Amino acid sequence: MSLKVLAIDDSRTIREMLRMCLAKAGFDVHTAEDGVAGLETLRDVGPDVVITDINMPRLDGFGVISAIRAMEEWSALPILVLTTESAQDLKQRARESGATGWIVKPFDDVKLIAAIRRIAAT
Amino acid sequence: MSSLDDIKQMFFLECDELLEALNDGLTDIEASLTSGALDPEVINAVFRNVHSIKGGAASFGLDALVRFSHAFETVLDRMRSGTLTPDEASIRVLHRCADHLSDLVTAGRADESPDIAASGPLLDQLGVLNDIGAVPVAPEPEPEPDQQNDAAPEVPEDTGLSFAPLALGIDLAEPQDQESARRFEVVFTPTESLFATGHDPVHLFRELAALGDLSIKAETDLLPSLEDVTPNIPYLRWRLELEGEASEEDIREVFEFVDGLAELDLAASVANTPPQRENSSPISLGCDGDVIPMQSAPVDGATDPSPETSVHETPGKASDQPVAATKAPKSTVRVDLDLVDSLINIVGELVINQSVLTQSFSEANVANRADIGNSLDEYKSLALQIQDSVMSLRAQSVKQLFQRMARIVRETSAVAGKAVVFETDGEDTEIDKTVIERLIEPLTHILRNAIDHGLETGEDRERLGKPTRGVVRLSATHRSGRVLIEVTDDGAGINRARVFDIAVGKGIVNANAQLSDAEVDRLLFMPGFSTKEAVTDLSGRGVGMDVVRSAIQKLGGRISINSTPGRGTTLSISLPLTLAVLDGMVVDVAGQTMVVPITAVVETIRPTPEDLHHIGASTQVIKVRETLVPIVDLGVAFGYRRGAVPFTDLVLLLIETEQGERWALALDRIIDQRQVVIKSLEGNYGHVPGVAAATILGDGKIALIIDPEETARMAERDPAGLLELAVAGE
Repeated sequence: MSLKVLAIDDSRTIREMLRMCLAKAGFDVHTAEDGVAGLETLRDVGPDVVITDINMPRLDGFGVISAIRAMEEWSALPILVLTTESAQDLKQRARESGATGWIVKPFDDVKLIAAIRRIAAT
Repeated sequence: MSSLDDIKQMFFLECDELLEALNDGLTDIEASLTSGALDPEVINAVFRNVHSIKGGAASFGLDALVRFSHAFETVLDRMRSGTLTPDEASIRVLHRCADHLSDLVTAGRADESPDIAASGPLLDQLGVLNDIGAVPVAPEPEPEPDQQNDAAPEVPEDTGLSFAPLALGIDLAEPQDQESARRFEVVFTPTESLFATGHDPVHLFRELAALGDLSIKAETDLLPSLEDVTPNIPYLRWRLELEGEASEEDIREVFEFVDGLAELDLAASVANTPPQRENSSPISLGCDGDVIPMQSAPVDGATDPSPETSVHETPGKASDQPVAATKAPKSTVRVDLDLVDSLINIVGELVINQSVLTQSFSEANVANRADIGNSLDEYKSLALQIQDSVMSLRAQSVKQLFQRMARIVRETSAVAGKAVVFETDGEDTEIDKTVIERLIEPLTHILRNAIDHGLETGEDRERLGKPTRGVVRLSATHRSGRVLIEVTDDGAGINRARVFDIAVGKGIVNANAQLSDAEVDRLLFMPGFSTKEAVTDLSGRGVGMDVVRSAIQKLGGRISINSTPGRGTTLSISLPLTLAVLDGMVVDVAGQTMVVPITAVVETIRPTPEDLHHIGASTQVIKVRETLVPIVDLGVAFGYRRGAVPFTDLVLLLIETEQGERWALALDRIIDQRQVVIKSLEGNYGHVPGVAAATILGDGKIALIIDPEETARMAERDPAGLLELAVAGE
């Protein structure tokens, strides 16, 4: 069984880049275009890892993380935050929101995969 | 989606949508300045539009785009966090920035170097907006677009918590950066929050094991008895020893995400020879062996003078947002345009087949049978429905075109120094993609004219009791199978006396000519006509409305003008919905059925002997309202007949070329007027002089669609016959 990754980002471009990179690494990739769709897909797919953007319509990344952490079933799900924001703010905010890790856009394929390996059983 | 190139193309497509949404949002914000009601989600969405462009651009190394969108989004971020209130001036800047952003995207798409010079002034203006009401702080260096968050955190030097190093310094001469097996001792003590953020130490240890030989020892002294265990609390502490070529940085990277969630004691030593410098336990990395004070801020805050304030920014607000209904970006499917065209072609065949079939049934005298008749009707209706749907695949809304024109209006009004209110209507009207692309230039010219020539200056308007701001309105609507695009201004209207004088001065009309208002207005479309003597920056680029008219005619469109002195001018452009079908006049030329595009036909004439005049031995002309127009016999021109037929027995079609030249095409009979499906000859056969394309008629026969202008020009040069010439030439 390959690792199921749910990637949530409102940019189609980023979604496709994630899909390409993750599929190449042999992961089973699912995507969603905003936080609300992300949570729906989460329930449908049951991912092993979630990668989420921060700035999104309807429900942003912080909202996604809090919602996931609030569900008993998913409270320990590894979540990577994908963001363009500068390193200083990022760790603090990602951490406060309950993210497991973070990756800065534009992401490097190798680093992304390494980041996933550090938080999930690949 | 497979390659990065594909994704890059997708990115630019997405940029189009984002830019469209950005413009919409800015317009909404602008409107809210007067209405007072602004949905905060609009500003959020505008921010995200720019932010997404930045994110994608960074992935493709479009640095200029990244840098500019970063500055842009910074100001938008201030707006959405409420520290900057939008006003007219700032919205103007943002509009211009959106325009420039669009330019940068265009440059990126074309692989051209971006106009960085144009970014400068806008970046300055964004800088000004960014400073308004802001607490003065030393400007932060702009982050590099490709900056990665992988630097080892800086640690205060005197934490006083140095881990006792295993010093084995022996040989001072050995360079310390030499690749050598090193040993690290790591003590990993999770805090209670480790599991709450989805971490599992086992993944970290596995990653660590990939860096070298790892031994793991769990310290269980803190483990309570089973009944006291709370599952979410980590009771274990681990002592890890890693031996290998990994650097401390490699190890810290593995633990990057748990920084702050666990205590990490890291000590380095040299496992074996070659050894390290004397007392060099902390292997040149400065912070080896220090206990990183995880829970307190200095690790992150060391370089940030105000970590508190930065944390308080917008994200909290953003996540508090209710799940609001927002304009979701439209979802699209990318289809190869060739595929669409091929589909259109096939459907064209289907429609032709349908009319052939209908005619065959009618000739077989069975169409009266109700069942056959009904089926045929249904077939026809279905075929036409399919045709409509397929045509609509090529159709696009004029929205992006209109947004582009909004930009033209902004730029033009700025240069002309006239305040303009730009109104649009019917943005959702759809037209063929190619038609939209080819409308850009003519519409640009028309709008520049409307502002530059049409609208009065603010002072003049005030004097005339008009609102100081002129109104320019661009609208699109479907009307009887065509699209009507109108540009209206509320300016001074056409000064007909002046237009007439200029036309006389330029020798376009005779000073004694008696022209109706409409005829005077049409003079504007004559080649070389320009009402402003001084060539302005805006509209007088050496081309006039004649070029506009020619561009519209090339699209199978017609343009007309309507003006009321003191009230303004309206230019109306009527366009076909698609370039795949054509409004044609089906005619009989010496027994051959041919099609003349209706757009070229000005009027039909049944000549009387008095109208006809001879010039030279063989050339005949017809007098149309005091102008002599040469006659071209299509039958002779195409070699269908040799002997001349008296023109009084024929019908003349008065055609006007894009340059305003007129000819009368002589033919035997007008059969019909209908829409025909255009079939390219060039793809299947080759270019035939005087023939634009072909079509298949209801009886299954092929009819040539003539190119009236080319036919007339070639006939003038070679009255003996075009086709013969073409054959002889080959």
